[in-house]
Amino acid sequence: MIRLEKRAQPSQFWTFATPFLAVVLTMIVGGIMFAALGSDPFEAIRTIFWDPLFSEQFAAYSRPQLLVKAGPLILIAIGLSMGFKAGIWNIGAEGQYIIGAICGAGMGLAFYPIESVLIFPLMILAGALGGWAWAIIPAVLKTRFGTNEILVSLMLVYVAEALLASVASGLLKNPDGMGFPGSRNLAQIPSTANLEIIQGTGMHYGVLTAFIAVVFAYVLLSRHMLGFQIRLTGEAPRAARFAGVNPTRIVFLCLGLAGTLAGMAGMYEVSGPAGQITIDFNSGYGFTAIIVAFLGRLHPIGILFAGLLMALTYIGGELASLMLGIPSAAIQLFQGMLLFFLLATDVFISFRIRLTSGEAA
Amino acid sequence: MSDPLLRLSGLTKAYPGVVANSDVSFDIHAGEVHALLGENGAGKSTLVKMIYGLVKPDTGRMTLNSAPFAPSAPSAARLSGVAMVFQHFSLFDALNVAENIALGMENAPKQRDLAAKIKEVSNQYGLPLDPYMRVGDLSAGERQRVEIIRCLLQNPKLLIMDEPTSVLTPQEVEILFKTLRQLKAEGTAILYISHKLEEIRSLCDTATILRLGQKVATCTPADTSAKELAEMMVGETLHVPERATGAFGDVILDVKDLSLRAPTEFGTALKNVTFKVRAREILGIGGVAGNGQDELLGALSGEVSSNNTVSLRGSDISKLGPQQRRALGVLAAPEERLGHAAVPDMSLSENALLSAAVRKDMMRFGFVNWGKAKLYAEHVINEFDVRTPGAGNAARSLSGGNLQKFVIGREVLQYPDVLIVNQPTWGVDASAAAAIRQSLMDLAEKGAALVVISQDLDELMEISDHFAALNEGRLSSIRPVQGLNVEEIGLMMGGVHDSMEGAA
Amino acid sequence: MDLSSINPALLIASLMVSATPILLAALGELVVEKTGVLNLGVEGMMITGAICGFAIGVNTGSPVLGFMFAAMSGALLSLAFGILTQYLLSNQVATGLGLTLVGLGLSSLIGKPYEGIKSPTLQKMELPILSDIPIVGPMLFSHDPMVYFSVALVAATWAVLKYTRAGLILRAVGESHDAAHALGYKVVRIRILAILFGGACAGLAGAYISLVRVPQWTEGMTAGAGWIALAIVVFASWKPWRVLIGAYLFGGVTVLQLNLQAAGAKVPIEVLSMSPYLITIAVLVIISARGNHGAPAALGKIFHASQ
Repeated sequence: MIRLEKRAQPSQFWTFATPFLAVVLTMIVGGIMFAALGSDPFEAIRTIFWDPLFSEQFAAYSRPQLLVKAGPLILIAIGLSMGFKAGIWNIGAEGQYIIGAICGAGMGLAFYPIESVLIFPLMILAGALGGWAWAIIPAVLKTRFGTNEILVSLMLVYVAEALLASVASGLLKNPDGMGFPGSRNLAQIPSTANLEIIQGTGMHYGVLTAFIAVVFAYVLLSRHMLGFQIRLTGEAPRAARFAGVNPTRIVFLCLGLAGTLAGMAGMYEVSGPAGQITIDFNSGYGFTAIIVAFLGRLHPIGILFAGLLMALTYIGGELASLMLGIPSAAIQLFQGMLLFFLLATDVFISFRIRLTSGEAA
Repeated sequence: MSDPLLRLSGLTKAYPGVVANSDVSFDIHAGEVHALLGENGAGKSTLVKMIYGLVKPDTGRMTLNSAPFAPSAPSAARLSGVAMVFQHFSLFDALNVAENIALGMENAPKQRDLAAKIKEVSNQYGLPLDPYMRVGDLSAGERQRVEIIRCLLQNPKLLIMDEPTSVLTPQEVEILFKTLRQLKAEGTAILYISHKLEEIRSLCDTATILRLGQKVATCTPADTSAKELAEMMVGETLHVPERATGAFGDVILDVKDLSLRAPTEFGTALKNVTFKVRAREILGIGGVAGNGQDELLGALSGEVSSNNTVSLRGSDISKLGPQQRRALGVLAAPEERLGHAAVPDMSLSENALLSAAVRKDMMRFGFVNWGKAKLYAEHVINEFDVRTPGAGNAARSLSGGNLQKFVIGREVLQYPDVLIVNQPTWGVDASAAAAIRQSLMDLAEKGAALVVISQDLDELMEISDHFAALNEGRLSSIRPVQGLNVEEIGLMMGGVHDSMEGAA
Repeated sequence: MDLSSINPALLIASLMVSATPILLAALGELVVEKTGVLNLGVEGMMITGAICGFAIGVNTGSPVLGFMFAAMSGALLSLAFGILTQYLLSNQVATGLGLTLVGLGLSSLIGKPYEGIKSPTLQKMELPILSDIPIVGPMLFSHDPMVYFSVALVAATWAVLKYTRAGLILRAVGESHDAAHALGYKVVRIRILAILFGGACAGLAGAYISLVRVPQWTEGMTAGAGWIALAIVVFASWKPWRVLIGAYLFGGVTVLQLNLQAAGAKVPIEVLSMSPYLITIAVLVIISARGNHGAPAALGKIFHASQ
């Protein structure tokens, strides 16, 4: 019989090893799935994980895309990871992302057609503030009334989507758009465009912000008392209180930070890669970032790599759907499986597997 | 003598890294009260779990009424006539008494019939209970009754009781003993687990003593002195802490009319708690678990703020948080080691930072100096003889006694002016307990004011200068320990102190 | 706006239809949470049930087979959650989220070929005599069998939880797994069974949307109904009949909102379409402000029998 035995302390080795094990397991099961869908599994895996970076044909286009896609994922996941560490389950990053985009775009369009270098920083501020405000709603409800933040933050995603639909075909609609829903294209207006900082790399201001966020989060968590307090709150709430942590403050901090970063991510996306507010410009980054946060072990450096990996599956998935006709939904499933296998293999971190003879465990 | 009811022969059970029981053999006869005596970690619990079917022995066998007995699950043990009252109650707060009892029975009758039966049996044994009361609303003593009645309804041949008196007042202990003697007279065998020697000497016919998983002796407790029993149990001559009681200094901690609402549904409200502690004084606060001990510690440590009730050397600190109070010299060590006093999955360095950040100067502009945290953790480990490979190890990896030494040492070595501890030696072996008590007394000697909350009356009698008891969130009058007798303590714990309040 | 176009009898009849999926899913989740397990994957299991039921319904022409298969698929998905949380001791919140993401991906993968197809649907089952009662008859007693089934399931769940030993054990496990274990109950096994039941209910709930309420397959068609079911369990304070009330209230809001849209109300369409979610939040706030009474004490806690 198989029995789990708690380790005296968490295994360092497995903390690093499980994400890799999860990726390998996902590749195996994913390969079987692709085979079932009628594609050559090896070719599919290669198309997803290898071709975007190294194939002569696609790499020139795909490589910059890696940063474009990883940027928002990392930015959002960094914010989420703080909350997850503290046991605050904000799963509504998608909503905060949408509101950030709406506010940022709204700020930019309000100045149209004025051109100024001040507009873009103002848009960043508006996006951050919008995301922050949207995330603060569950924070207020949680601390004031004890309302479950999981459900509230998620419900607010649907509210944000309805709002998005409203502004895309109303308030922010392009007056010169011949009646089609969708805003003016921010990427084509010099003052509002989120441009590449280094040509041909995909490195836009959002990616830069994501990298700064990684460094900031790393310092906060490993060196600063506030980071220690966040970890305390998640691991042992009573001990946190004993250490003098104010739980209300942690809730506001974690949700506010997550909202701010998600809002900024939304703003950078809408003013750069997406270009305009449309009914469905959001592509689920807010949800995928949850996977990124866990896959990165809620650790800033881990999230950096996990974000790049997840971006790769997006690009590789598009490629696979183009070249091999693998439906894009398969990639979504692929990403979900990755999280599942990670959670499954995480058992090795705190437990040792033992084979015993018929012990009633 | 007749054949034994239960015979254990050569029971052995090993867990990775520890041998919980090694070759344990003894007999229990019908109508016998058999004590199982041993320190924490001596293997009492594992042995009992084997008899109750929760754990299977690696080797060895048991016979019940001469027939082989190897229960695969507690239900099998219950069907064979073995019942057990747990130390940490196996009760469900949100369910009522009858439902709780039904869950522990194999063939529970209908609720209404069961309720009638509960009333009947509970009155018969002098343990009255209302079957429709919610268990979460009962006192610790009443909760124990639920467990006992649950066992008695099945007419057990063997009743196992794990540390039954640790939650009772002396008066409640007397009632329990009366019930147990009645059962014994009816022919029920009782396996009585305890480390309280006097209890065993007055109640039990036979005693089996375990040390480090092995049987040391089986003897007749009435013919053996408490000192002999203790030495067999501990395996060495105990060092009893000593202190020179000097004159007390000025009042340092002054608590006036502290009242707080219950923090949770099953918590306890504090009602007009008032006391003063002077320099070099140890105030012992006794009482049955769940009478406001946790809440009192929280109000003093700063985890819960109050209004103009707690003052330090005359200045009000009741609005300050834990860190601010620490800066002023008020420290605390909560009861629950894992999850309150320490974070299980964090290293000892991180756990040192948890409460010593302010006084040991481990922060600069909010940035943590991990080097200092590690040095302080190592300092505590050395001074308090904490057995661990190093400060990098997780708190969870330490044994209960070692972690407790770390937690107490972490506060004591910050040399506070006021230290509040709750259950300083709970679940700690005798030698570690003695070391912890000595450190508390040394701290008082150096001029600190101490509040020691504990359910262990012997401990409080040993180290405190004054004694008071908590009952349902009220503090009894405060009495000097010298000259206090068990009856008086019992009355104080039982809440019969209203008449004394005027005198205090 | 023409409010007279809204027929109250029809409104109530369509309210019951609209509420049934949420009712089924919430009832399943209630049983799961009663054993102390929080499965946030309801949405994922629902949408998987929706497509699996739809696919079988279309391919066999039998909606009944579709429902059965949907229940099985929901249960199968929930089993993955059960194995992860109960045997591999993963975090329930994270695993539930993962389950939702997997379910959404899986359903849109399976669903691609089925977009735009109409499915066979359940026939109305007019209850004899009762359905002939004027007004009340068409309102309450001329529905498809699943509506009756869902109400019967509420009654059954209530009775089992309240009056049977199985129900008592189930509640006990959710109150304190350690105490239940000490008494010798198989905590993990009981929880797995409850999780399977919850998965099957969510599967049925999804299939009801794709086979009866719409009846068509579109990607992401559950549109948060699984999450609302979770909220309704909280609203109901973990009591089966209150789940019924909660689901019907919610169904009422949804139907009224749709009717107002159809009637051309002056309120912007976006406000109407976000109203169910806003109302859910409002209700959650009101309930939590009162204190979450009745939550199983061990909800969401990980159980590991150490010795």
